[in-house]
Amino acid sequence: MIQFRVNGEDQRVDVDPSTPLLWVIRENLAMTGTKFGCGIAQCGACTVHLNGNAIRSCVTPVAAAEGADVTTIEGLAATAGAERHPLQQAWIDNQVPQCGYCQSGQLMSAAALLSQNPNPDDAAIDAAMSGNVCRCGMYPRIREAIKEAAASNSVEMFDPSEVMEGSSNG
Amino acid sequence: MGKWTRRAFITTGVLAGGALAVGVAIRPGHRAPKVAGQVTEGGESLINMWVKIDPSNKVTLIAPHSEMGQGAPTALTQMLAEEIDAAWDDVAYMEAPATDDYANWALGKGFILGPADVPAALIPTVNGAFLQVAKGMKLQITGGSLSVRSTGVYGIRVAGAAAREVLLKAAAEAWGVPVGELSAADTHVIHEASGKRAPFAEFAQAAAQYSPPVNPSLKRSEDFKVIGTDRPRFDIPSKVDGTAQFGIDAQVDGMKYAAIMAAPVFGAQVASADETSATSMAGVHRVVNLGDAIAVVADGYWQANQALKAMDIRWTATENDGRSSDDLFSQFESDIVAAANSGESKADVEAGDIASGFSNAVATVEATYRVPYLAHACMEPMNATARVTADSCEIWIGTQNPLGFRYEVAEAMELDVEQVEIHQHYMGGGFGRRSNSDTAVQAARIARDAGVPVKLVWSREEDIRHDHYRPAVASRFRAGLDEQGNIVAWDNVYHEKHEPVEAPVIPYAVAAQKIHHTDSPTHVPFGPWRSVDHSQHGFFTEAFFDEVAVAAGKDPYALRMGMLSDKPRHQTVLRTAAEKAGWGEELPRGMGRGIALQESFGSIVAQVVDVSINAGKLKVERVVVAVDPGFAVSPNGLTAQMESGINYGLTAALYGDISIENGAVKQSNFHDYPMVRMNESPVIETHIINSGEAWGGAGEPGTPAIAPALVSAVFDATGIRVRELPLSKQDFSDWG
Repeated sequence: MIQFRVNGEDQRVDVDPSTPLLWVIRENLAMTGTKFGCGIAQCGACTVHLNGNAIRSCVTPVAAAEGADVTTIEGLAATAGAERHPLQQAWIDNQVPQCGYCQSGQLMSAAALLSQNPNPDDAAIDAAMSGNVCRCGMYPRIREAIKEAAASNSVEMFDPSEVMEGSSNG
Repeated sequence: MGKWTRRAFITTGVLAGGALAVGVAIRPGHRAPKVAGQVTEGGESLINMWVKIDPSNKVTLIAPHSEMGQGAPTALTQMLAEEIDAAWDDVAYMEAPATDDYANWALGKGFILGPADVPAALIPTVNGAFLQVAKGMKLQITGGSLSVRSTGVYGIRVAGAAAREVLLKAAAEAWGVPVGELSAADTHVIHEASGKRAPFAEFAQAAAQYSPPVNPSLKRSEDFKVIGTDRPRFDIPSKVDGTAQFGIDAQVDGMKYAAIMAAPVFGAQVASADETSATSMAGVHRVVNLGDAIAVVADGYWQANQALKAMDIRWTATENDGRSSDDLFSQFESDIVAAANSGESKADVEAGDIASGFSNAVATVEATYRVPYLAHACMEPMNATARVTADSCEIWIGTQNPLGFRYEVAEAMELDVEQVEIHQHYMGGGFGRRSNSDTAVQAARIARDAGVPVKLVWSREEDIRHDHYRPAVASRFRAGLDEQGNIVAWDNVYHEKHEPVEAPVIPYAVAAQKIHHTDSPTHVPFGPWRSVDHSQHGFFTEAFFDEVAVAAGKDPYALRMGMLSDKPRHQTVLRTAAEKAGWGEELPRGMGRGIALQESFGSIVAQVVDVSINAGKLKVERVVVAVDPGFAVSPNGLTAQMESGINYGLTAALYGDISIENGAVKQSNFHDYPMVRMNESPVIETHIINSGEAWGGAGEPGTPAIAPALVSAVFDATGIRVRELPLSKQDFSDWG
């Protein structure tokens, strides 16, 4: 039995501990916003936050999440304490998604970036976002939306101590 | 006209035409009451096949097109809102059910007739005929960049205008006033003289009883309030919070998960499969042998895939086991040379006297260009969920052709089409790949065998190795120049002739031309890939043109402009791109600039690409694109399609390479079939030209011109002439 928290809720799953976190989220927890794209950490569609850091859930065994805080796209808005995370709003304002399949992963990577670097320049955006493939090629809009959300000054800095404290209680 | 294939139907070029005809969405008679049960629920009135209104005054467009990221449902709804005079907050979109009644006949009609004028007396006959053809082909396709330019132009605008007319007629009847005194605005009927104003919903039931007018009057473009403006796409909010439902997200009670591996060599069969190594693993339900593939059904996808990987599967030998890409290209090149020499090639274009064109030329330029196979690599791997009983089959999937899939699943499962139901979902990329029903049929067969509902998910490896690929093609050119450096003769022979038929045709005035092709079949499956034949021929003809311009000592832009004097739209597009990009400026060492032009799917596109080469590394810095789509229904949507089409084509030009080794595809995932990423994506500047000519497509026309503009920019920077894609095969280590 593996225990962890997803979007603030306690979860216990009885699965092979080597099962990738992706499949536990999608199948055992029936939260399908996190996507399967490649299975080898090459495309970023499966990106979630593990204790605030962006990770590729398709290659992360669920055992690695034992006792940890996992945030998925379904819980992103709540991390901003709003109906929408500023990035989600910027994504709508810039009409970023086309097919939309990669966008959960793009948003999770971008949110992790902004929580650690509230004012990323182009190089920082390249470094944080180049692990996420968008087959519809919406990179210019993703870049613009990240800058717009950053400029809105509404993204709170990530405080690792807060999360560590939270997970020790979980 | 012969027998139309479905692909020919959607991609064939237009017939010769005169003035733009007002298309007709409405068949004579009133079909709406017959189909109302399929598309309406309590209190809704179906005004005509395409339009329903509910008691709260919500106006819903019902149209046979899917959302795969191109935004067509929103653009099509703009077209309805415009013609029916509905407020934007009152409109909604519903994808038509996968039934014969919603076969996409307007699409076929628009595409085959194009802007040809149809005499009014023949309209009912023509419409009836096209519905029959579309029904016969189970046609309900989203593809060919057609949604707006065919369904929208020939179907939805007319349906909206027709609905408006019957609503006014019903209001006139109810209020006892002449219909000429009524107008419509903001989803209301207005009688200015009396100050009366009432919502459409009040007259919807009565309006639904009238046969819709066959030829209602449409708005003039100068009066548009909704068409030509940017409206937020309906699907986007659900795509930023994880709630959008793609095929892979379908949940069916009691379902299990399947992983699959098909024979690596196309055409091979399962020779033997060691089932027990899979069935002995935890969570595994059963192994299904589909003849040319093995599937494992388990409680979870990962378990299924792990068990599949553990199996020892042997495949039958085929005659293609030793074939490689080198063999295939040798075959292509010997076949095109043989066809050209024997005179047995088939002509696309024969103009002027090609023999004397070349004998009078003072110089000749010759080259052979090549492109490899390409996979679509949709972000959402292929998948389908199926529930099968003795007399029914339900499929949950994202498809570009719901009606076609329904028929194909029925045929494969030996069921009546009425026993098959398709539950349509968003597509995580389509690009042509999701017009093939292979995954749906597999899922149905596995679910029947397993006796439980099954969600079949292809691994990325399966997706890359079992696509229906953009064909690998070789194309040989010869151009003759006169003393002034004018191109006087153009000879082009290639293989793999599909659609659109005009893809290899050049827009330039060359007196003597021969463009011809032959067949050179292989065992590798092929299918439509974003922009179809334009994806290779745009590269071939425009890159070769640049080469010829350089040989003639001319500026490639100026030479093009001089040879387009009878094509003012092309000139305007090319000039716009060149001027916005600063064509003609001196560039620093290590920088290069290239230009290309390609008309496709009714839109004309020119691109100017800037590249830099530093320390042997090629970088695409900027793409300036000019597009004339006739009229941009959704300017921001068109801009997004240009950006998307360019990055899709850029990935192909820089990296795209599916190679054949021992009869099978060598590549398997994004590590060896790489994509353009954030750090490689250029700045893209889009300039839209609304010429007012016939409306063109958006989803595909952005793709063809990027590769030729790019290789021309590389030549400008380095002097290296790249005639074979992808560019990643080229060594730039001596540069920068």
